[in-house]
Amino acid sequence: MLLAAGSARLAQGDGFVSPGTRDFEFPGIFSAQSWFTKPVLIVIVATFVVGALYYLAARRASVVPSKGQFVGESVYGFVRNDIALDAIGSHDGMRFVPYLATLFSFIAILNISGIIPLVQFPATARISFPLVLAAIAWVTYLYLGIKKHGFVKYFKDMMFPAGIPWPVYILLAPIEFFSTVIVRPLTLTLRLTFNMFAGHLVLLLFVLGGEYLLKDYGGVVGIAAGSVSILGSIVLTFFEGFVQLLQAYVFTLLTALYIGGALADEH
Amino acid sequence: MLSTVTSAVIAAPAAAEPSPLAPHTAEIIVGLVAFTLLFLFLRAKVFPMFEKAYADRTAAIEGGIKRAEEAQAEANAALEQYRAQLAEARAEAARIRDEAREQGKAIIDDLTAEARETAARIIARGEEQLTAERQLVVTQLRSEIGRLAVELSERIVGESLADEERQRRVVDRFLDELEQSQSSGTAR
Repeated sequence: MLLAAGSARLAQGDGFVSPGTRDFEFPGIFSAQSWFTKPVLIVIVATFVVGALYYLAARRASVVPSKGQFVGESVYGFVRNDIALDAIGSHDGMRFVPYLATLFSFIAILNISGIIPLVQFPATARISFPLVLAAIAWVTYLYLGIKKHGFVKYFKDMMFPAGIPWPVYILLAPIEFFSTVIVRPLTLTLRLTFNMFAGHLVLLLFVLGGEYLLKDYGGVVGIAAGSVSILGSIVLTFFEGFVQLLQAYVFTLLTALYIGGALADEH
Repeated sequence: MLSTVTSAVIAAPAAAEPSPLAPHTAEIIVGLVAFTLLFLFLRAKVFPMFEKAYADRTAAIEGGIKRAEEAQAEANAALEQYRAQLAEARAEAARIRDEAREQGKAIIDDLTAEARETAARIIARGEEQLTAERQLVVTQLRSEIGRLAVELSERIVGESLADEERQRRVVDRFLDELEQSQSSGTAR
Protein backbone atom coordinates (compact mmCIF):
# COMPACT_ATOMS: atom_id res chain seq x y z
CA MET A 1 0.00 0.00 0.00
CA LEU A 2 2.87 2.24 0.82
CA LEU A 3 4.39 1.51 -2.57
CA ALA A 4 1.04 2.02 -4.20
CA ALA A 5 0.73 5.41 -2.57
CA GLY A 6 4.28 6.26 -3.68
CA SER A 7 3.78 5.34 -7.28
CA ALA A 8 0.49 7.15 -7.29
CA ARG A 9 2.39 10.21 -6.18
CA LEU A 10 5.05 9.83 -8.86
CA ALA A 11 2.38 9.31 -11.44
CA GLN A 12 1.19 12.80 -10.72
CA GLY A 13 4.30 13.97 -12.53
CA ASP A 14 6.00 17.31 -12.17
CA GLY A 15 8.74 16.69 -9.60
CA PHE A 16 8.78 15.40 -6.02
CA VAL A 17 5.65 15.70 -3.98
CA SER A 18 6.62 15.62 -0.31
CA PRO A 19 4.71 13.13 1.87
CA GLY A 20 1.85 14.57 3.88
CA THR A 21 -1.34 13.73 5.66
CA ARG A 22 -2.52 11.93 2.54
CA ASP A 23 -0.10 9.15 3.36
CA PHE A 24 -2.01 8.44 6.54
CA GLU A 25 -5.28 7.84 4.77
CA PHE A 26 -5.83 4.41 3.30
CA PRO A 27 -8.54 3.12 1.04
CA GLY A 28 -10.38 -0.01 2.07
CA ILE A 29 -8.57 -3.20 1.19
CA PHE A 30 -11.43 -4.98 -0.56
CA SER A 31 -13.34 -1.96 -1.73
CA ALA A 32 -12.25 1.64 -1.58
CA GLN A 33 -15.10 2.72 0.67
CA SER A 34 -14.85 -0.17 3.12
CA TRP A 35 -13.99 0.39 6.78
CA PHE A 36 -11.46 -2.45 6.48
CA THR A 37 -8.30 -0.44 5.86
CA LYS A 38 -4.64 -1.14 6.43
CA PRO A 39 -4.52 0.37 9.95
CA VAL A 40 -7.58 -1.67 10.94
CA LEU A 41 -5.92 -4.82 9.61
CA ILE A 42 -2.73 -3.95 11.49
CA VAL A 43 -4.65 -3.53 14.76
CA ILE A 44 -6.48 -6.82 14.33
CA VAL A 45 -3.37 -8.79 13.40
CA ALA A 46 -1.26 -7.11 16.09
CA THR A 47 -3.86 -7.95 18.71
CA PHE A 48 -3.75 -11.61 17.75
CA VAL A 49 0.06 -11.57 17.62
CA VAL A 50 0.36 -10.05 21.09
CA GLY A 51 -2.18 -12.47 22.49
CA ALA A 52 -0.50 -15.45 20.85
CA LEU A 53 3.03 -14.48 21.87
CA TYR A 54 1.97 -13.93 25.46
CA TYR A 55 0.02 -17.16 25.45
CA LEU A 56 3.00 -19.13 24.15
CA ALA A 57 5.22 -17.47 26.74
CA ALA A 58 2.85 -18.23 29.61
CA ARG A 59 1.49 -21.59 28.50
CA ARG A 60 4.10 -23.62 30.35
CA ALA A 61 5.15 -20.99 32.84
CA SER A 62 7.43 -22.57 35.40
CA VAL A 63 9.85 -21.62 38.12
CA VAL A 64 12.78 -21.91 35.76
CA PRO A 65 11.61 -19.89 32.74
CA SER A 66 12.07 -20.85 29.13
CA LYS A 67 13.43 -18.22 26.77
CA GLY A 68 9.96 -17.17 25.63
CA GLN A 69 8.63 -17.14 29.15
CA PHE A 70 11.55 -15.00 30.22
CA VAL A 71 10.84 -12.38 27.56
CA GLY A 72 7.12 -12.34 28.32
CA GLU A 73 7.76 -12.18 32.03
CA SER A 74 10.25 -9.38 31.55
CA VAL A 75 7.74 -7.17 29.74
CA TYR A 76 5.00 -8.03 32.20
CA GLY A 77 7.34 -7.63 35.17
CA PHE A 78 8.54 -4.27 33.87
CA VAL A 79 5.01 -2.89 33.73
CA ARG A 80 4.11 -4.57 37.00
CA ASN A 81 7.05 -3.42 39.09
CA ASP A 82 8.35 -0.27 37.42
CA ILE A 83 5.05 1.26 36.34
CA ALA A 84 2.06 -0.11 38.25
CA LEU A 85 3.55 -0.68 41.69
CA ASP A 86 5.76 2.40 41.50
CA ALA A 87 3.11 4.85 40.31
CA ILE A 88 0.04 3.50 42.09
CA GLY A 89 1.61 1.93 45.13
CA SER A 90 2.04 -1.66 46.24
CA HIS A 91 -1.36 -1.68 47.94
CA ASP A 92 -3.65 -0.80 45.00
CA GLY A 93 -1.17 -1.29 42.19
CA MET A 94 -1.64 -5.02 41.67
CA ARG A 95 -5.30 -4.54 40.66
CA PHE A 96 -4.29 -2.50 37.63
CA VAL A 97 -1.34 -4.57 36.44
CA PRO A 98 -3.37 -6.54 33.85
CA TYR A 99 -4.85 -3.34 32.42
CA LEU A 100 -1.52 -1.50 32.31
CA ALA A 101 0.42 -4.47 30.95
CA THR A 102 -2.16 -4.92 28.18
CA LEU A 103 -2.06 -1.20 27.49
CA PHE A 104 1.72 -1.12 27.24
CA SER A 105 1.93 -4.20 25.02
CA PHE A 106 -0.91 -3.01 22.78
CA ILE A 107 0.55 0.46 22.26
CA ALA A 108 4.07 -0.88 21.88
CA ILE A 109 3.17 -3.30 19.11
CA LEU A 110 0.99 -0.78 17.28
CA ASN A 111 3.89 1.71 17.45
CA ILE A 112 6.48 -0.86 16.43
CA SER A 113 4.36 -1.82 13.45
CA GLY A 114 5.73 1.41 11.99
CA ILE A 115 9.18 -0.15 11.53
CA ILE A 116 8.28 -3.79 10.96
CA PRO A 117 9.23 -4.58 7.35
CA LEU A 118 6.26 -4.85 4.99
CA VAL A 119 3.86 -3.55 7.63
CA GLN A 120 5.57 -0.21 8.05
CA PHE A 121 2.76 1.87 9.32
CA PRO A 122 2.31 2.79 13.00
CA ALA A 123 -1.40 2.21 13.58
CA THR A 124 -1.23 4.59 16.54
CA ALA A 125 -0.57 7.43 14.08
CA ARG A 126 -4.29 7.13 13.35
CA ILE A 127 -5.81 9.28 16.06
CA SER A 128 -8.74 6.93 16.64
CA PHE A 129 -6.66 4.30 18.41
CA PRO A 130 -4.87 6.56 20.92
CA LEU A 131 -8.20 8.28 21.44
CA VAL A 132 -9.84 5.01 22.44
CA LEU A 133 -7.03 4.18 24.84
CA ALA A 134 -7.04 7.68 26.33
CA ALA A 135 -10.80 7.51 26.73
CA ILE A 136 -10.50 4.21 28.58
CA ALA A 137 -7.87 5.74 30.86
CA TRP A 138 -10.04 8.85 31.37
CA VAL A 139 -13.11 6.84 32.30
CA THR A 140 -11.03 4.59 34.54
CA TYR A 141 -9.39 7.24 36.66
CA LEU A 142 -12.49 9.44 36.94
CA TYR A 143 -14.58 6.42 37.89
CA LEU A 144 -12.03 5.26 40.46
CA GLY A 145 -11.71 8.74 41.97
CA ILE A 146 -15.45 9.27 42.25
CA LYS A 147 -16.02 5.77 43.55
CA LYS A 148 -13.35 6.09 46.21
CA HIS A 149 -13.97 9.64 47.42
CA GLY A 150 -17.54 10.38 46.29
CA PHE A 151 -18.43 12.80 43.52
CA VAL A 152 -18.31 16.02 45.54
CA LYS A 153 -15.25 15.22 47.61
CA TYR A 154 -13.31 14.01 44.58
CA PHE A 155 -13.80 17.26 42.69
CA LYS A 156 -13.40 19.32 45.84
CA ASP A 157 -10.06 17.65 46.63
CA MET A 158 -9.01 18.05 43.02
CA MET A 159 -9.92 21.72 42.67
CA PHE A 160 -9.32 22.95 46.22
CA PRO A 161 -6.28 21.14 47.61
CA ALA A 162 -5.72 21.85 51.29
CA GLY A 163 -3.00 24.09 52.65
CA ILE A 164 -3.19 26.86 50.07
CA PRO A 165 -4.27 30.49 50.77
CA TRP A 166 -7.81 30.99 49.48
CA PRO A 167 -7.15 33.68 46.82
CA VAL A 168 -5.02 31.17 44.95
CA TYR A 169 -8.09 29.00 44.50
CA ILE A 170 -9.53 31.54 42.08
CA LEU A 171 -6.80 30.63 39.65
CA LEU A 172 -6.07 27.11 40.80
CA ALA A 173 -9.55 25.60 40.84
CA PRO A 174 -10.36 26.10 37.14
CA ILE A 175 -6.85 25.13 36.12
CA GLU A 176 -6.96 21.91 38.12
CA PHE A 177 -10.39 21.00 36.78
CA PHE A 178 -9.41 21.83 33.23
CA SER A 179 -6.15 19.94 33.47
CA THR A 180 -7.55 16.81 35.08
CA VAL A 181 -10.81 16.44 33.20
CA ILE A 182 -10.07 17.89 29.78
CA VAL A 183 -6.36 18.27 29.15
CA ARG A 184 -5.20 14.87 30.36
CA PRO A 185 -7.06 12.72 27.80
CA LEU A 186 -6.28 15.17 25.03
CA THR A 187 -2.55 15.25 25.78
CA LEU A 188 -2.46 11.47 26.07
CA THR A 189 -4.09 11.17 22.66
CA LEU A 190 -2.17 13.88 20.87
CA ARG A 191 1.23 13.04 22.32
CA LEU A 192 1.05 9.46 21.13
CA THR A 193 -0.64 10.16 17.81
CA PHE A 194 1.71 12.87 16.68
CA ASN A 195 4.90 11.26 17.92
CA MET A 196 4.00 8.36 15.68
CA PHE A 197 2.64 10.62 12.95
CA ALA A 198 5.75 12.79 12.82
CA GLY A 199 8.11 9.86 13.07
CA HIS A 200 6.40 8.11 10.18
CA LEU A 201 6.34 11.29 8.16
CA VAL A 202 10.07 11.82 8.60
CA LEU A 203 10.80 8.21 7.65
CA LEU A 204 8.60 8.58 4.58
CA LEU A 205 10.39 11.77 3.63
CA PHE A 206 13.80 10.10 3.85
CA VAL A 207 12.77 6.95 2.03
CA LEU A 208 10.59 8.47 -0.69
CA GLY A 209 12.92 11.43 -1.09
CA GLY A 210 15.88 9.07 -1.41
CA GLU A 211 14.00 6.95 -3.90
CA TYR A 212 13.08 10.02 -5.95
CA LEU A 213 16.64 11.34 -5.89
CA LEU A 214 18.12 8.01 -6.97
CA LYS A 215 15.59 7.09 -9.63
CA ASP A 216 14.16 10.30 -11.07
CA TYR A 217 16.54 13.11 -10.21
CA GLY A 218 19.61 11.09 -11.08
CA GLY A 219 23.07 12.40 -11.79
CA VAL A 220 25.94 12.58 -9.31
CA VAL A 221 24.08 14.90 -7.01
CA GLY A 222 20.94 12.79 -7.06
CA ILE A 223 22.78 9.53 -6.36
CA ALA A 224 24.95 11.05 -3.59
CA ALA A 225 22.09 12.83 -1.87
CA GLY A 226 19.78 9.86 -2.39
CA SER A 227 22.28 7.46 -0.81
CA VAL A 228 22.71 9.73 2.21
CA SER A 229 18.96 9.95 2.47
CA ILE A 230 18.46 6.16 2.37
CA LEU A 231 21.28 5.58 4.88
CA GLY A 232 19.77 8.28 7.06
CA SER A 233 16.45 6.47 6.93
CA ILE A 234 18.10 3.36 8.37
CA VAL A 235 19.51 5.32 11.31
CA LEU A 236 16.14 7.00 11.75
CA THR A 237 14.42 3.64 11.80
CA PHE A 238 16.40 2.65 14.89
CA PHE A 239 15.65 6.00 16.45
CA GLU A 240 11.97 5.50 15.65
CA GLY A 241 12.04 2.13 17.37
CA PHE A 242 13.34 3.82 20.49
CA VAL A 243 10.70 6.57 20.32
CA GLN A 244 7.96 4.00 19.76
CA LEU A 245 8.86 2.05 22.89
CA LEU A 246 9.35 5.26 24.83
CA GLN A 247 5.91 6.56 23.86
CA ALA A 248 4.30 3.28 24.88
CA TYR A 249 6.04 3.63 28.22
CA VAL A 250 5.02 7.28 28.62
CA PHE A 251 1.36 6.59 27.83
CA THR A 252 1.26 3.68 30.26
CA LEU A 253 3.14 5.52 32.99
CA LEU A 254 0.89 8.58 32.75
CA THR A 255 -2.20 6.39 32.88
CA ALA A 256 -0.80 4.71 35.98
CA LEU A 257 -0.02 8.08 37.55
CA TYR A 258 -3.55 9.33 36.87
CA ILE A 259 -5.00 6.20 38.46
CA GLY A 260 -2.62 6.57 41.39
CA GLY A 261 -3.64 10.21 41.78
CA ALA A 262 -7.33 9.34 41.74
CA LEU A 263 -6.83 6.71 44.43
CA ALA A 264 -4.53 8.83 46.61
CA ASP A 265 -5.97 9.96 49.91
CA GLU A 266 -4.86 13.54 49.46
CA HIS A 267 -4.39 15.41 46.25
CA MET B 1 -20.39 10.03 10.31
CA LEU B 2 -16.74 10.89 10.64
CA SER B 3 -15.62 7.99 8.48
CA THR B 4 -17.97 9.01 5.71
CA VAL B 5 -16.53 12.48 5.87
CA THR B 6 -12.95 11.29 5.49
CA SER B 7 -13.85 8.69 2.88
CA ALA B 8 -15.43 11.48 0.96
CA VAL B 9 -12.14 13.33 1.24
CA ILE B 10 -10.22 10.31 -0.03
CA ALA B 11 -12.71 9.83 -2.82
CA ALA B 12 -11.94 13.32 -4.00
CA PRO B 13 -8.14 13.60 -4.05
CA ALA B 14 -8.25 17.06 -5.45
CA ALA B 15 -9.95 18.29 -2.26
CA ALA B 16 -8.10 19.70 0.75
CA GLU B 17 -5.57 17.52 2.67
CA PRO B 18 -7.32 15.09 5.05
CA SER B 19 -7.08 16.09 8.68
CA PRO B 20 -5.06 13.73 10.90
CA LEU B 21 -7.17 14.92 13.83
CA ALA B 22 -10.37 13.37 12.51
CA PRO B 23 -11.15 10.04 14.19
CA HIS B 24 -12.86 7.24 12.28
CA THR B 25 -15.85 5.53 13.79
CA ALA B 26 -14.80 2.13 12.42
CA GLU B 27 -11.30 2.49 13.78
CA ILE B 28 -12.63 3.51 17.19
CA ILE B 29 -14.83 0.43 17.32
CA VAL B 30 -12.05 -1.87 16.13
CA GLY B 31 -9.58 -0.36 18.58
CA LEU B 32 -12.00 -0.63 21.48
CA VAL B 33 -12.97 -4.21 20.69
CA ALA B 34 -9.39 -5.30 20.03
CA PHE B 35 -8.08 -3.75 23.22
CA THR B 36 -10.93 -5.12 25.32
CA LEU B 37 -10.56 -8.63 23.95
CA LEU B 38 -6.81 -8.57 24.35
CA PHE B 39 -7.21 -7.31 27.92
CA LEU B 40 -9.75 -9.98 28.83
CA PHE B 41 -7.68 -12.72 27.22
CA LEU B 42 -4.39 -11.71 28.84
CA ARG B 43 -6.02 -11.17 32.22
CA ALA B 44 -7.64 -14.60 32.11
CA LYS B 45 -5.02 -16.77 30.46
CA VAL B 46 -1.60 -15.16 30.61
CA PHE B 47 -0.94 -12.86 33.53
CA PRO B 48 -2.15 -15.29 36.22
CA MET B 49 0.41 -17.78 34.88
CA PHE B 50 3.16 -15.19 35.24
CA GLU B 51 2.00 -14.32 38.73
CA LYS B 52 1.95 -17.99 39.60
CA ALA B 53 5.46 -18.40 38.26
CA TYR B 54 6.59 -15.42 40.35
CA ALA B 55 4.91 -16.82 43.44
CA ASP B 56 6.37 -20.28 42.85
CA ARG B 57 9.80 -18.78 42.34
CA THR B 58 9.53 -16.71 45.49
CA ALA B 59 8.35 -19.77 47.38
CA ALA B 60 11.17 -21.85 45.95
CA ILE B 61 13.76 -19.26 46.90
CA GLU B 62 12.29 -18.73 50.34
CA GLY B 63 12.00 -22.48 50.81
CA GLY B 64 15.61 -22.88 49.80
CA ILE B 65 16.70 -20.19 52.21
CA LYS B 66 14.60 -21.72 54.97
CA ARG B 67 16.08 -25.15 54.32
CA ALA B 68 19.56 -23.69 54.32
CA GLU B 69 18.86 -21.92 57.58
CA GLU B 70 17.53 -25.10 59.10
CA ALA B 71 20.60 -27.02 57.96
CA GLN B 72 22.79 -24.27 59.37
CA ALA B 73 20.99 -24.39 62.70
CA GLU B 74 21.28 -28.15 62.77
CA ALA B 75 24.98 -28.00 62.01
CA ASN B 76 25.45 -25.37 64.71
CA ALA B 77 23.60 -27.53 67.22
CA ALA B 78 25.71 -30.55 66.29
CA LEU B 79 28.88 -28.50 66.60
CA GLU B 80 27.77 -27.20 69.97
CA GLN B 81 26.98 -30.70 71.15
CA TYR B 82 30.28 -31.96 69.86
CA ARG B 83 32.13 -29.16 71.62
CA ALA B 84 30.27 -29.85 74.85
CA GLN B 85 31.09 -33.53 74.61
CA LEU B 86 34.69 -32.74 73.85
CA ALA B 87 34.93 -30.41 76.84
CA GLU B 88 33.27 -33.03 79.02
CA ALA B 89 35.67 -35.70 77.80
CA ARG B 90 38.62 -33.39 78.42
CA ALA B 91 37.43 -32.64 81.94
CA GLU B 92 36.93 -36.32 82.63
CA ALA B 93 40.34 -37.19 81.29
CA ALA B 94 41.90 -34.53 83.46
CA ARG B 95 40.01 -35.80 86.47
CA ILE B 96 41.07 -39.39 85.78
CA ARG B 97 44.67 -38.26 85.37
CA ASP B 98 44.56 -36.37 88.65
CA GLU B 99 43.03 -39.31 90.40
CA ALA B 100 45.61 -41.67 88.95
CA ARG B 101 48.36 -39.33 90.03
CA GLU B 102 46.96 -39.15 93.53
CA GLN B 103 46.53 -42.89 93.68
CA GLY B 104 50.02 -43.48 92.43
CA LYS B 105 51.38 -41.09 94.98
CA ALA B 106 49.42 -42.80 97.73
CA ILE B 107 50.64 -46.20 96.58
CA ILE B 108 54.24 -45.03 96.50
CA ASP B 109 53.88 -43.46 99.94
CA ASP B 110 52.35 -46.63 101.32
CA LEU B 111 55.01 -48.81 99.78
CA THR B 112 57.76 -46.53 100.99
CA ALA B 113 56.39 -46.54 104.52
CA GLU B 114 55.96 -50.29 104.47
CA ALA B 115 59.44 -50.80 103.11
CA ARG B 116 60.88 -48.51 105.76
CA GLU B 117 58.99 -50.39 108.44
CA THR B 118 60.10 -53.75 107.09
CA ALA B 119 63.66 -52.58 106.87
CA ALA B 120 63.52 -51.29 110.42
CA ARG B 121 62.02 -54.54 111.61
CA ILE B 122 64.62 -56.62 109.79
CA ILE B 123 67.39 -54.48 111.19
CA ALA B 124 65.97 -54.74 114.70
CA ARG B 125 65.64 -58.51 114.47
CA GLY B 126 69.15 -58.84 113.11
CA GLU B 127 70.50 -56.80 115.91
CA GLU B 128 68.63 -58.86 118.45
CA GLN B 129 69.87 -62.04 116.84
CA LEU B 130 73.37 -60.72 116.77
CA THR B 131 73.21 -59.77 120.43
CA ALA B 132 71.81 -63.16 121.37
CA GLU B 133 74.36 -65.04 119.32
CA ARG B 134 77.13 -62.89 120.67
CA GLN B 135 75.91 -63.64 124.16
CA LEU B 136 75.78 -67.31 123.33
CA VAL B 137 79.22 -67.26 121.84
CA VAL B 138 80.57 -65.30 124.76
CA THR B 139 79.03 -67.75 127.22
CA GLN B 140 80.24 -70.78 125.30
CA LEU B 141 83.66 -69.27 124.82
CA ARG B 142 83.85 -68.40 128.48
CA SER B 143 83.17 -71.97 129.55
CA GLU B 144 85.31 -73.42 126.78
CA ILE B 145 88.19 -71.09 127.50
CA GLY B 146 87.89 -71.85 131.20
CA ARG B 147 87.98 -75.60 130.55
CA LEU B 148 90.79 -75.29 128.11
CA ALA B 149 92.73 -73.05 130.46
CA VAL B 150 92.18 -75.44 133.38
CA GLU B 151 93.16 -78.38 131.24
CA LEU B 152 96.14 -76.54 130.07
CA SER B 153 97.12 -75.50 133.62
CA GLU B 154 96.58 -79.06 134.90
CA ARG B 155 98.77 -80.25 132.21
CA ILE B 156 101.30 -77.65 133.00
CA VAL B 157 101.24 -77.81 136.75
CA GLY B 158 100.10 -81.42 136.86
CA GLU B 159 97.68 -80.66 139.45
CA SER B 160 93.98 -81.10 139.27
CA LEU B 161 91.99 -78.40 140.59
CA ALA B 162 89.22 -80.50 141.86
CA ASP B 163 87.13 -77.94 143.36
CA GLU B 164 85.05 -76.75 140.55
CA GLU B 165 83.84 -73.77 142.47
CA ARG B 166 87.32 -72.52 142.98
CA GLN B 167 88.24 -73.28 139.42
CA ARG B 168 85.43 -71.14 138.08
CA ARG B 169 86.24 -68.27 140.40
CA VAL B 170 89.83 -68.37 139.33
CA VAL B 171 88.94 -68.52 135.70
CA ASP B 172 86.44 -65.72 136.05
CA ARG B 173 88.92 -63.52 137.82
CA PHE B 174 91.45 -64.31 135.17
CA LEU B 175 89.02 -63.45 132.39
CA ASP B 176 87.86 -60.28 134.06
CA GLU B 177 91.47 -59.22 134.42
CA LEU B 178 91.97 -60.13 130.83
CA GLU B 179 88.93 -58.14 129.79
CA GLN B 180 90.00 -55.21 131.87
CA SER B 181 93.42 -55.17 130.40
CA GLN B 182 91.90 -55.53 126.94
CA SER B 183 89.40 -52.70 127.41
CA SER B 184 92.03 -50.46 128.97
CA GLY B 185 94.27 -51.41 126.09
CA THR B 186 91.55 -50.50 123.61
CA ALA B 187 90.82 -47.32 125.54
CA ARG B 188 94.48 -46.46 125.42
